[in-house]
Formats: sequence, structure tokens, C-alpha cells
Amino acid sequence: MRERPFWASVLFMLGLASAPAVTSAGPDYPPVREGGQIVFPTDTGAHPDYRTEWWYVTGWVSDEQGVERGFQVTFFRVRTGIGDDNPSRFAPRQLILAHAAVADPAEGRLLHAERSERALHPLAGAATGRTRAWTADWSIEWDGARYHSDVEAESFAFDLHFDPAGRRPVLNGENGFSRKAPDPKHASYYYSRPQLAVSGTLRLRGNTHQVKGRAWLDHEWSSETMPPGARGWDWMGINLHDGGSLMAFRMRDDQGGAMWSAGTLQSGSGAPAALRPEQVSFVPGRRWRSPRTGAEYPVEWEIRVDDRRLRLQPLMDDQELDSRRSTGAVYWEGAVRLLEGGREIGRGYLEMTGYAERLQM
Amino acid sequence: MSAALRHVFLASLRRRRLATALSLFAIALGVALGLAVQLIHGAALDEFGRGMRLLAGEADLQVFGPRAGFDDAVYAEIAAQAEVADASPVLEIDARLPGRDISLRIFGIDMFRAAHVHPALMPQVDTAARETGPLAALAADALFLSPAARTALGIAPGEMLAVQSGTHALPLRIAGTVPAAGLGQELGVMDIAAAQLLFGRIGRISRIDLRLKSGIDRDAARRSLAALLPAGVEVLTPETAEAQTSALSQAYRVNLTMLAIIALLTGGFLVFSTQLLAVARRRQELAFLRALGLDRAALIRGLLAEGAVVGLTGGLLGIVLAYGLAGLAFNYVGGDLGAGYFRGLRPALRFDLRPSVAYVLLGVLAGVAGAWLPAREAARMNPARALRAGDEAEVFQSRPRAYLTPACLALATLLCFLPPLGGVPIFGYAAVAFLLAGAVLALPTLVQLSMGFLDGTRDVLWMLARARLAAAPGQAVVAAAGVVASVALAVAMAIMVSSFRHSVDGWLESILPADLYLSASPAATSGFLAPEMQEQVASLPGIAAIRPVRFDTLRLDTERFPVTLIARPVDGGAALPLVGATVTADSPDAAPSAWISEAMADLFAVKVGDVLQLPISGRRVAFHVAGIWRDYARQHGAVVIELADYRALTGDFNANDLAIWLADGAEPDTVAQAIRNALGDDTIKIASPGDIRAISLAIFDRTFLVTYLMEAVAILIGLFGVSTSFAGLATARRKEFGMLRHLGLTRGEIGRLLTVEGALTAAVGTAVGMVAGGAIALVLVEVINRQSFHWSMDIRLPLAGLVIFAGALVLLAALAARLSGHQAMRQSAVLAVREDW
Repeated sequence: MRERPFWASVLFMLGLASAPAVTSAGPDYPPVREGGQIVFPTDTGAHPDYRTEWWYVTGWVSDEQGVERGFQVTFFRVRTGIGDDNPSRFAPRQLILAHAAVADPAEGRLLHAERSERALHPLAGAATGRTRAWTADWSIEWDGARYHSDVEAESFAFDLHFDPAGRRPVLNGENGFSRKAPDPKHASYYYSRPQLAVSGTLRLRGNTHQVKGRAWLDHEWSSETMPPGARGWDWMGINLHDGGSLMAFRMRDDQGGAMWSAGTLQSGSGAPAALRPEQVSFVPGRRWRSPRTGAEYPVEWEIRVDDRRLRLQPLMDDQELDSRRSTGAVYWEGAVRLLEGGREIGRGYLEMTGYAERLQM
Repeated sequence: MSAALRHVFLASLRRRRLATALSLFAIALGVALGLAVQLIHGAALDEFGRGMRLLAGEADLQVFGPRAGFDDAVYAEIAAQAEVADASPVLEIDARLPGRDISLRIFGIDMFRAAHVHPALMPQVDTAARETGPLAALAADALFLSPAARTALGIAPGEMLAVQSGTHALPLRIAGTVPAAGLGQELGVMDIAAAQLLFGRIGRISRIDLRLKSGIDRDAARRSLAALLPAGVEVLTPETAEAQTSALSQAYRVNLTMLAIIALLTGGFLVFSTQLLAVARRRQELAFLRALGLDRAALIRGLLAEGAVVGLTGGLLGIVLAYGLAGLAFNYVGGDLGAGYFRGLRPALRFDLRPSVAYVLLGVLAGVAGAWLPAREAARMNPARALRAGDEAEVFQSRPRAYLTPACLALATLLCFLPPLGGVPIFGYAAVAFLLAGAVLALPTLVQLSMGFLDGTRDVLWMLARARLAAAPGQAVVAAAGVVASVALAVAMAIMVSSFRHSVDGWLESILPADLYLSASPAATSGFLAPEMQEQVASLPGIAAIRPVRFDTLRLDTERFPVTLIARPVDGGAALPLVGATVTADSPDAAPSAWISEAMADLFAVKVGDVLQLPISGRRVAFHVAGIWRDYARQHGAVVIELADYRALTGDFNANDLAIWLADGAEPDTVAQAIRNALGDDTIKIASPGDIRAISLAIFDRTFLVTYLMEAVAILIGLFGVSTSFAGLATARRKEFGMLRHLGLTRGEIGRLLTVEGALTAAVGTAVGMVAGGAIALVLVEVINRQSFHWSMDIRLPLAGLVIFAGALVLLAALAARLSGHQAMRQSAVLAVREDW
């Protein structure tokens, strides 16, 4: 087995990757239960008792010249179960990990960067009560009307506002209780904020652009890791041009079959509807092989939602994140278009994990 | 020339094998000693510097505090500053390992931060440890060992290692390695929060390493960050931090190098005396060559080449010896030659081209310099006169230059008052050189004068010897100069070492007044005695009183290495080995008293009565300097304050050591066993003052072992000088001896004549050498030691030893003179006279 820095493993246990349940000696993480009520705005803040939590923003922006690019920023919070009884300010009870990437077709591949820290006031943390997570000079924050995210990396940076324009969050699953596997204990609390109006600046290799666009925010927290037998998952979140939104995911087993799938569809300004496993299916299409990792990803998909046949097409093929040198994680996370009958009906992000080596702890 | 060079000059070296071998050996010894010191310290310093750089990693600036650490809130504040790109906090613990003799440097780091600042410290979770979870590196009991530490401790991942915190042994699990730490660094890494909890340092860190954002001016950032730091916490560049530490062992290195230079000088002197002898013996041969057309320059070149060959061969041999010595030293003593400057390092011996070449060149230089005067002398001769027999004595002509002696002595005295250059007592060493030169220059005159005192004897041999030495003192000078130099150096060294040892002994007695000493750890390590432990010891039967001692370090400025803070009951200074005047605070509300060591007084220019600001607990506290005490243990400086003042200022009631006074009739061994039973055997050390004294003096003697060796070599060389010059003189005086034989002296009597001459020469040389040696000892003690190590000592003459030494030397010199003249005495008297056609 290849040796990896430990925080790589941390990323892996976020539920982003398959992870066997951590040893029994862990702390008491509160379980995610059906019927739990998500309360806004309190629940936009952190839930430090739960094992993992993330705020995940993806979107498409275009600059003054009309050049279109994708971007992604994620803040993870992890409760480690270590140092609960240590009065040190450094006690690593909570870790904050952040990850950001820009998909620019002119680059041909992703620009990405990451930060990891233990929560330590005032350098890094995740606040309760309303969304605010930060580490060094990266942050995401809800000011009551808009989200604001600031990311500074070497090859890129962005300073963006995301405005829901008064639109209510979309609760996924059963009122925010989102199952991930046949066993209902594998579940998370999960809501999405689609159709966020983006405005701000994007710096790419020294050139700063004024950008506008549409983004999507997911906020999810859970105490469970990946269900046993799961190898990875495919997820997409699409802002539909009719003003609606479509979220769908499936958990894959070793044979590439779906262990579980689900989604949420909101058409136009209608009410969101939860999609049951049998209503959603993912059919892989054209494959692309990564020259770096040799992993092969289905970069085009047919998504079936009830009897609709939707097609996913990437902004560019190479949106693989190869952080083997740092976090060790290898996955595909990129900007995609959603087509129906040859016509683009929405744009958003697709995430595919578990296509490279078997994810191990 | 090259054929002539080979046949005439270099072949001559082969004819006098013993002399050549001895000169060669002396040069080899000088080169070997000098280069070995250089190699050993070079490798140790390199490894040390590598360690410092490894720990500094990519840091632009480093924030350092006292050894006990500083408030970790400073980290949060510094890390948030706009100019700081990355800040990495470090808690450095010198962890005592119960049941083992070594301690382990453990770095508590924030791995998320360290990854950006010192990647070399990043731990790697071992595969075997994986089963305990992906967060293994953050676990409270996870310790990662560098490869060198793993080897030194003989411990594998997955096994447990006990470390000491206070008086408790706590088990840590070896969770993996620190692969990038390098082969020479023995260290461990663990999570900073775990280290704080484990070692009782919650809220404390020892260091913050900073990377600045690009485009930030380092000096400007240093100034603005310095303004945010509490007293006693300084922000330094990694270069300054490294320089501060390597400066610590500088004086020791310089002084060892000086010994090597003395060895080289004696080598040069040996070349000189053997060449002088050779030139005298070959006077006619050389004159013949000149008559055949060899010009003056070629003659000089040839003779210098002889010296150069000896120097080169000796130099090359010295290089081989040096690497052998250095290898032995690394295996048996360590990179600091036992002086204790570099712990936890495994320096490796490497071939180092530049110093090796430099030392070979020094060897050649010594050979050439030694050959220079004889060569010039040979070139000056008149070939026509030199072809005649009996001209050899010309070689030994020397003009008395006693008038230069007072100038040398005056200059030496003056040099003693100059301050050191960059911490090195250059002028002190120059003064020693001038004292030696003065003594040697005065020699011809002194020989003549002292022969005057021997007037009145009726013995023919005595009269002959006296007359000869009085009339031709130059001949004696060559022989006696070697004696003067070697005796002076040996005597100086003997007086210095004896004074030093005597002073250390007295000092140990005064700092160890109690009956027993209990140590939870040496000053630097993680052991300490919590207040309840101290009470527990105090309440044991047979113990009358205890006095706790607490150690820390204080950073007084950004320039110098931190000084040691010692907090203990002082009794108004009565419990300290004070030197010089003391003052006592007259009013009870005056500033508390501090007693500073001599080194601190020197380094920080503080005197008794001054007000001294000490950064304690992050605040500047004014102390009143009540006295200066002698400290042979910490050459970077130390300050003692009352334990009660320390406790009031810091709230720290722990102790590193306890001095224990026994109740009347209590048995030390019984009490020691009772303490061990109470506190545990592995985590404390108990010693009687006698043990400590014996160990300290053993260490002292080991440190000066190399000095004793040098003394013996110096004496050998002096005797050898006597022997070679008498052999030369005997050759030159064949005609004289032949004449004496004709006048009726027996061979035995000529032998006795040579013995008397040798004894007289050696006696004068020894007497002059003793006086010069005394003066040099004074310079060593008062100037060189004081400036190098900042400590004073009481002069103590090892009188009996010196007298025995002088007597033995005169006897040996007489013997050497007689043996050397043996060849001349064997010759037929008739032949000897006939030589002069």
C-alpha cells in the first residue's frame, strides 16, 4: 500500500471516499435520524458534534469577454474524536479542510489548491448559528442575504458573492434527511441552494476578470462514513435554465452497479420533488482516460429521471483532480452541461469518485 | 637541477633517516591534530547547522523564547499578521527517557502548518500503525522517530517508548517515522497538542517559524513583529539563530586549533634543527658544489626542497592520521570531543578537500620555514673557506639580540590588555608568541651571564664546558631554544591545568554543600519535581531540609545565545561561589537581587550594583545585581535569583533538582533508597556531592587529556632538539676533540665534557623556559581563558612536579648530548687533527 500523508486520509474519510468505519473507541457522534428538522438560518452554521460536514459551492461564470469557466470551492469540517479532553488550544478536535478549483478550457485542465488546518481561533474554524467557515485567507460566509467566498491560491484566486435572491433552500431527501445506502443509518442532513447569482472577481495567472454567473451550494452533515461495499459515487447538481434545479447521485459498488441512487428535481418555480432510487439512473457514456493517473472516467452520461433522457457533457474532458502529491485523492469534479433532445437545459457540476485506485484508508 | 636535487639534496634526507623521520612525525602530528579537530568540529557543526536549517525549513524568520516556552496566544496573533504567509508553532522538549542514559529531542508540531514551513519534520504513519485509524498522527500517544533516533533507541514502529514528564514515565507508541529528517538527526515528532498535554506545557510553545508573503521585506517584518512579542521572546533570522549556537563552541574549537598550531610550529622547529645539523655536516660538500658552479639560488632551492619534502610527506601522513583520529573520535567520544556542545547528533565523517589541502600546505610551510634559516646560512658561506675543515662552527654563529627581549616583553604585556576579536583571544595568543620569542632571543646573553656565575670551579671539564658556552653562546642557543620553547609551553600548560583543576575542585565544593542531590533531569530535559513530590521528599524520615532548584533560559537580546536562569534559595549570596565585591539591597522594597556569573558580566557588560532587566514570564522585571559568581558550567552566562522571587513572578512551583540535607545520624544510602522507593527508580537520579565531584573531575581530566599528550610531545621535541644540535656540534668540533685527545683527555672525559655542556645548556634553557612558562601561564589564565570562556581561576603552581620535571629534563638532556657526541668520540684523534691540512 502506498504511504500517504495522514491528512489525505482525513479527506478520504469525509464520506467523499470509501472508508471503513473508524474504530470503536471513537467519540459519540450523534446519528442522523429521519424526521429531524432543519431550521434556517441556524442550521446553515456548523454542527460540530457530527463527524463530518461540508459547504460546497460549484458554478459557471463568464467574464467581460464572455469566456466561460467553471469553479468550485469546498470547506470541510471534521470532528476527529481526538483531544476532547485536552485543554490545549491546539487540541485537534475539529479540522477544517478547504479545496478550490477553476476549470478553464484555455488551461485544458483544472487549476486547484487546498488548505488544511486544525480549528484554532482566530486562524481557522467553522462557526455555529450561520454559515461561516475559514482557514487562513480562505473563507465562506453567509451575511444574511448573500454568501461571500474568498480564495487565494498561487495560480488563481476568487472573491465572489452568491445571491439566492430570496429563494428558499431546497431540502433533499425526506425534508433534508438524505439516505446514501439501503441501510438507513447511512444518511446525512442535506440541503442545496441552487440558482445563486454570482458576481465578483476571478484572478487567473495574474489576470483579474470581472465575472457573473450561476452557482450551487450544498451543505451536508453526517456522522457516518461510506457504506460498506461502496467503491465511489457519481453526483451532479444542475441549475436548470427554466429556473429549476436537478440534483442526483448514486453510490456505486465494486462492480460499478448502483447501491443506492436518489435526487431532487425542481422544475421552474415549482415545488422540489424528491426522486426515489427507482426514479433515477446513471448510464455511463463516452469515457476519457487520464494521462496522469491512468484512471478512466465516463465524462459523458445519460441520466434517466423517470422517463426523461438527459445527457451530461463536460466543459472539457480533463477535469480530474490529481492530488496524489498532497492529499492523495484522485477524482473527477468538473463543469458540465445538461442537454435534453440536443438542447442545453442547464449547467452545473458533476463529481465522480472511486475511478482511480481503490480508495483505501 | 632536478638530478642534482635528487642526488645531492633529497638523498641527504635518506642518509639521516632518524632525524628525517622525527621531523616528519612532528609535522604529521601537527597536521593530524589540527585537521582532526577541524574535521570533527566541521562535521559536527555541519550536522548541527543542517539540524537548525532542517528545523527552520523554509522559514524566513523564527520566533524564539525561553526554554520553558512562551504563551501560545502569541502564535495566534503572529500567524494572523498580514505579512505572514505561514506560521508554524513548535514545542521543543528535551525528553528524558527513563531507564536510558540519553534524552530525545521531541518536536511538538502542528502538522498542517509544518507541511508548508518545515516539510522535513513531517511524519509518516507506518503501515503497521494504520489499523489505529487515519488520524494516527494526531493521536495523543503517537510518536514518530527519525531514522537516526530509531537506530539509536533500537526501537521499531508499533513498539512503545517511555518518556518522562515530571517524575512519571509515560508510554508513547511509535506510530511511524520522520523520513526526511536526515541520517544525522536524532529526533522525534508528535502533535503539538499532545506534546503540551503530555509534558505539562499547556499554553506554552517554544518557537514559531514564519514564512513571509512574497514581496515582504524581511527586516521590516522582523521589526514590526518584534513589537508584538512579550519580553524575552525574540524574532530572529534563521542565520542569526544558527550563528548564535555555533558561536558557543567557537572558543573551544579555536583553543584546540591553537594546540595543533603549536604542534606544527614544533615540527617546523625540528626541521630547522635537523637541517641546521645537516648543513653543518655537509658544509664541505655544499661548498664543493658551489665551487663546481651550483649557484647560490639553486643551493637555497635545493635545501628548501629538502624541508618541503619533509613537510609534504609529514603533511600527507598527517592527513591520513587525521581521518583515522576523527573516525575514532566519532565512534568513541562524539562530535564535540566530549565537551557536550552537540547532543543528539550523529555526524558522519566525510572527506573534506579544502581543509585537507590547507593542512598539507601548512605542513609544507612548516618544513620550508624550518629549512629557511639553515639554507640562507649555507648560501652565505664562502665556498673557499668552507672547503677547509673546521668551518662548520660558523653555522652556529649567532649574534646576541637580547636588546629585542624587553621590546617583546613590553609588546606581550600590551597585547594582554586588548579585547578579544570576534570572541577569539587573538591578542592573547600573540602575547604568548612574543613571550616565547623574547625568551629565546634573550638566551645567548643569559647563557653568557649564567656561565659567569659558575666561575670558581677547579674541575677541568667544568671549566672547559663553561668557557666554551660563555665564548660561543650561539652554539648553545640552537639546543637551548628548543628546550626553552618546549619547557615554556609544558610549564604554562601544567600551571594552567593545575590552577584550573584546583579552582574547579574548590568551586564544586562550594556549590555542592548539601548531603545529597536529587535530579529529576538535567536542566534541559522534561523531568521535573512537582510541588507535591518536593513535599513528599521533604517529609521522608532522615531528611532535615530540602532546597529546590529551578532552571530556565532567558533571551536578553537578539544578538546572543540565551543565558541560563537558576532559581534557588541563595541566602543573600552566601550560598554562591562569589568573586569580588558584593552589595546588599538596603531597603526591603528595593528591586529583588540577582547574582550573575562571570561570563554574563563579561558578555553583557554588567557590573555589581547595576540594574538588570530580566524577561521573566513575558515581562521585564528589574533586578539589582548583588554579586558576581564563578561558573565553570555555562560559558554563555547564567544568572541566579532567589527561588521565592522566581515563584512569586512565575507561579511555577516545580523544581528540576533538590539539594537535600540529612538529619543527624541519617545514612545517605538509606535515605536515597527511601527517596527511590517514594518517587520511582527510573525517573530520578540521586547523587552524593562526592559522586558529582568525582564525575566532574573525571570529565575535566578527559577534556585535558589531549593537553597532557601535547605536553609530552613538546618535551620529546625539546629533548630531540638538544640531541640533534649536540650531534651537529660534535661533528663540527671533531678537530677540537682531536686536539683535546692529544692534550691527554680520554674519550670518556670528552663524553663527560659533552654531558656537562648538555646539562648546562639544558639547565639554562629549562630555567628560562620555566620563567617564560610562568608568564605564559598567567596569559593563559588571565587573558586567553578569560576571553574564551569568561571564567577566572586561582593560580596554583604544581611546584614539586615542576622541580622534578626540570631535574629530569636536565638529566635527559645531558644524556642526549652525550649519546649524540658518541660518534665524534669514536674517531681517531690523529685523523681528526689531520683533517686540517
